Amino acid sequence: MTTPHLLWLLGGVGGILILASVLGEILRVRLSPNGQNPVIENLNARIAAWWVMVILLAIAFLAGKPGVILLFALASFAALREFLTLTSYNRADHWSLVACFFVVLPLQYYFILTDWYGMYSVFIPVYVFLLLPVVSALRGSTRDFLVRVSETQWALMVCVYCVSHVPALLYLQIPGFEGRNVILIAYLIFVVQLSDVLQYVWGKLLGRTRVAPTLSPSKTWEGLIGGTLSATAIGTALWWMTPFTPLQAAALCLMLTFLGFFGGLVMSAIKRDRGIKDWGHMIAGHGGFIDRLDSVIFAAPIFFHVTRYFWSVT
Amino acid sequence: MGQAISLFARFITAPRAVWQGIDPTPNQRVYFANHSSNGDFVLLWTVLPTPLRRRTRPVAALEYWLSSPLRAFIGRDVFNAVLIDRRPEMRTEDPVALMVQALDQGSSLIIFPEGGRNSSDDPLLPFKSGLYHLAKARPGIDLVPVWIANLNRVMPKGEIIPVPLICTLTFGAPLHLDQDEPKDAFLTRTAQALLALRPQAHP
Repeated sequence: MTTPHLLWLLGGVGGILILASVLGEILRVRLSPNGQNPVIENLNARIAAWWVMVILLAIAFLAGKPGVILLFALASFAALREFLTLTSYNRADHWSLVACFFVVLPLQYYFILTDWYGMYSVFIPVYVFLLLPVVSALRGSTRDFLVRVSETQWALMVCVYCVSHVPALLYLQIPGFEGRNVILIAYLIFVVQLSDVLQYVWGKLLGRTRVAPTLSPSKTWEGLIGGTLSATAIGTALWWMTPFTPLQAAALCLMLTFLGFFGGLVMSAIKRDRGIKDWGHMIAGHGGFIDRLDSVIFAAPIFFHVTRYFWSVT
Repeated sequence: MGQAISLFARFITAPRAVWQGIDPTPNQRVYFANHSSNGDFVLLWTVLPTPLRRRTRPVAALEYWLSSPLRAFIGRDVFNAVLIDRRPEMRTEDPVALMVQALDQGSSLIIFPEGGRNSSDDPLLPFKSGLYHLAKARPGIDLVPVWIANLNRVMPKGEIIPVPLICTLTFGAPLHLDQDEPKDAFLTRTAQALLALRPQAHP
């Protein structure tokens, strides 16, 4: 499934990470030789985690469609675990929660694997939406019923449905782009995550005015504008490896970066509501899987449908 | 085998240890924790660093862990549990003496002072006196409170299939029996210290 373009993109990311690692090490020696500067320590932990994530993604790309689907199914699993840990709890939901992890999640990715578009695009929003509350209702506890079923549905939509649209990109049929769909995934993740990183960098360098002071202290207008524009510029410059023209690539990148930002914003609102800073602890320096995936979660389904509508023949 | 069970526990609950009041150094200790599920000691054992884990033995109910060959294998052979009989009329050996013996052999212990699984709505049941007698017999030992959060949601009593949710284990500052401290005061103090470790943010 590898194409020369993919190798170049991965090589480019590897180059950026080497540069970041060197810079991080210089900063550490200069400013935090004994680990006393938390910002530098966090930066280096983030860079180290990026290496792991990029290497895992590269291995999945090499392993082909099943590898990519398995990787995102596992990411969904970890994200769903983080999300459901923070929802309201009732003994009566035990079986519906078990079903989320061991029935709904595997089925959704099975439908992706078999390219059953008509099923995977309605399975969670229709069938699970209607049937899962029945499982909880049969156990008879009505306390906070609407809250409980809504939270569970949200968890599935965010962590399983949306994430599963990343590997679904592999099955689009774009004339003249056959065999290179993996580029769509790499491009989506690259642009969205680059925008996250650049928003962080611009925000740290000249962030003054907060976008949503009650939601997140680290999201600033300077970071948002600098990050989205610079990520859009870099994404547009890579148009030649995509099925898009430069203008189309620019429009899509702008859409992706803003969706990514909105994803971070909405997931921050949920975290604020629950009184937590991070979704989890599995990715050192970043927090949990949802902390890292929030922007991809919001960008993936819309990127999938826009690309499918305008470019794919299926 | 123990590794496999630990790995499974990690996969399901991604347990996180918060060493709040004490560091994971290889000193001999008695870890005492809240008990809501049979997975409690597995999880506590899992989050200990390997050198500590090797010499830490759970204290478990003999009448439960010897009731089937599989349980006996897991309890006695895999986790090397100190098995004590909770039924005073049946037992041949004094539970506190067995625990002291294990301490004297250099092991650390994991104990659940509530004496049984808590399936009530209260966060913690009143402690049985075992912790007190153990502290009295070996006053120098560090008694480390460990709050295990969320495991009762992963596997409520009576359910077979666990729900994968994240569990947090918070290790508090070590406690000791004060000179002339009465039993009830000591048991209340240790229970309070354990309750104080409960995470606040979770709903």
